[in-house]
Parts: sequence; structure tokens; C-alpha cells
Amino acid sequence: MDLDLILRVYPFFLEAAWVTIQLSVLTALLGLTCGALGAAARMSRLALFRWIGAVYVSLWRGTPALIQVFILYFGGPQIGIQLDSFAAGTIALGVNIGAYMTETIRGAIISVDRGQTEAARTLGMSRWETMRKVVLPQAARMMIRPLGVNINALIKGTALVAPISVVELTYTAQRFIGSTYKPFEMFLLAGLLYMIIIYAVGHGINWLDRRARIT
Amino acid sequence: MGLDFSVVPSYFGVLLMGAGWTIAITICAGILSFFGGIVFAVIALYAHWALRLPVRGFAFLFMGTPLLLQLFLIYFGLIQIGIDLPAFVAGVIGLGLHFAVYNSELIQASILAVDKGQYEGARTLGLSRGQTLRRIVIPQAVRAVIPPMGNNMIALLKDSALVSVIGVMELTLAAQQAISRTYRPFEFYLAAAFCYYIVNLALEAGLRHLERRIAASR
Repeated sequence: MDLDLILRVYPFFLEAAWVTIQLSVLTALLGLTCGALGAAARMSRLALFRWIGAVYVSLWRGTPALIQVFILYFGGPQIGIQLDSFAAGTIALGVNIGAYMTETIRGAIISVDRGQTEAARTLGMSRWETMRKVVLPQAARMMIRPLGVNINALIKGTALVAPISVVELTYTAQRFIGSTYKPFEMFLLAGLLYMIIIYAVGHGINWLDRRARIT
Repeated sequence: MGLDFSVVPSYFGVLLMGAGWTIAITICAGILSFFGGIVFAVIALYAHWALRLPVRGFAFLFMGTPLLLQLFLIYFGLIQIGIDLPAFVAGVIGLGLHFAVYNSELIQASILAVDKGQYEGARTLGLSRGQTLRRIVIPQAVRAVIPPMGNNMIALLKDSALVSVIGVMELTLAAQQAISRTYRPFEFYLAAAFCYYIVNLALEAGLRHLERRIAASR
């Protein structure tokens, strides 16, 4: 274990960790948006929307996220979409995790007892009111934990932008492995920072989940 | 520069061979992750602490870090300690270990959920502790987690694209080779995505079939 080296390079890793955090937050926000839209589409009364939602989930979950990142970043310019690597990575990963979140959100909504919907509709609430006032508040509590699983995967997934040269944790570790030939030290340094982020977020989600159960 | 898919068919063979390698990696790493998962689970639950603690620490580390980072560690780490493995082997080991950790978590929970009466019955019949685990408990525990382990296999297939980064020849790297000759990234990555999608559908169908058979044999 080369402590001197670790002390010399750790500021670069801290900076990279900040990029990983930014990537994670933006990806999560985009993913939640796509997930909410996807779930709405999949549960729509219009067959066309249901079909679009199903195709989105199937294609984006059925192909590797890395390929999706490559298509947008390297292939984008061919169809007039010119993005820098950070933007391309964030958008590709956000839309990717959105497909998983679509199923999480839809699953939570479906798991709310049908009787609730029927009762609310009988009481004269509109479809939208029923969803907003009766179903969603219950579903929201149930989706915290599974969305947490998606978010955990998403944080680790941000490493996939390293191959398109976004200077985040994995890219930084790879670069320093190349220049110092100390793979274990670099892995531990990057790994420690990933674990701090992941377990901190995990605790936050558990806390949220507990609170949602009490109320 | 517009799109021109007419160049794709001439690289059909390259992509097909890449897909073959992707399937080979998925199968090898899948087998490794299956048996590795069982071994890790038994160690994490029953072994002496001197063995249990390192395995649990390893699991903690591997569940909290990205697969890509682990692949770099395994590929370059092995070289550093003087083991120069072919990229294919390093990739299979990396993917296999990563998913073994996830399978191990599933199997551990499943082992603990096996009815206590099963242990007692087997022990009463004169089976040793090891025999009870091997013949009675583990087969039941593993069978119960085939569906979630199947999901891990599907994730493994898609994550096998990551080993292209350490230079393993598979579908993603095959697409990259075609791209370096034709400068048509959109077309070839899309073609690769299509191949992954087909293999993914086939794997899903296979796993559903397996699940039905297991359900029927109960």
C-alpha cells in the first residue's frame, strides 16, 4: 500500500467524486421524469401511448446502457445531435434508468388495491382525481424502496461515461492506474468514494421509507 | 453526414462473431457466478470467521462499486502481481465475481428461509452437517432463487458489453472495429444494440421456460 501516492492523488479523486455526484443527481432527475412519463404512457387509455411506453421499456431495458451512451455520443452527430460527453452521458443514462423506473412506478401504482379506485370512482371522483388523491399517495410510499434500488444501480452506472472520457471517478481511477501502475490503491480510493456516496444515499432512502411508513 | 445502413451487411460476419463471443462470455461468467454465488453464500453463513470476514468484506466492496472499476482492478491488478491473463479470461472472472456477489446475497436469504424442520429431519436421519447442507438445504435454496438469479443473468448479458473496454473481443468491440473502418458509429452501434436485443429476448424466453419447468416439478 503506497500511502504517499494516495495522499498525492486524492484531490483529483475528490474532484472526480463531485462530478460523479452531479452526474448521479442529474441522471436521477431525468430518470424519474422519464419513469413518470413512461408509467403514465403504459397506463394510458390510448392504445398508442401504451404501445409507445411498452416499446420504450423493452428496447431500453433490452440493450446495454453502454451501447446507448455510445449511440448518442458517437452516433448523435450523424443525425444532427452534437452534445459534449457530459451531456450525452447524462441524457443516455437518464433515459436508460427511466425505463427501469417506469416499471417500478407502474408496479407500485398497480399494487394499490383496485377497490380503492372503484370506491373513489363510485364517490364521483374523476379518473384524474382518483389517481391524484387516492392512488398516488399510497403508491408513492410503496415506490420509495424499489426506486432506491434503481438509484443505487444508477450511481454505479455513472461509471459508464468513463469510456467517453467524462472525468468522473472511474475515468480518474483508470487514468491513474495507467500512469502509476498501482491498480489496488486507485481502486480502493475510488471505491471508498463510491461507497460513501452509495451508502449515504442508501441511508437517506431508508430514512425516507421509514418516515413514509409512520405517517 | 446522414445515415447509410447499406454498409452494415458487409460486416454481418464480424458482428455475428462478436455476438457469438458475447454469448460465450455470458455463459462462462454465468456459470462462474452461479457456483461462485453458492460458495460465497455458504462461506458467508457457515465458515470460520477467518474466512467469513474477508468474503463479507469483498462482497461489501463489490456491491458498493461499479463493475467497470472492478474490471479495471482485475485486469490491471492481475498484471501487476505478475499474472498476465488473456483479456477474455480476465473479463469472465470480473463479470463472474461481480454477479457471484449478487447471487450470493439471494442464496443466503434463501438458505435462511429453508424450513428448520428440513435440517432437523436430515440430521435425525443421520446425515452429517455437510451432507445436510449439500443434499438437502442448498438444492432447495438455489431452486427457490432461480427466477431472481435469472434476472441477474439478463443483467450479466447486457453488462458483458463493459468488457470491451479492457479489450475483450465481443459484440461491442466488433462494432467498434467496423466503425473504425467505416466511420459510421450510429449504424453499427444500432446494429449491435439490435443483436443484444435479440439475444436478450432469447435468454428471457429460455429463463421463462426454465421457471415453468421448475414450477411444474414441485
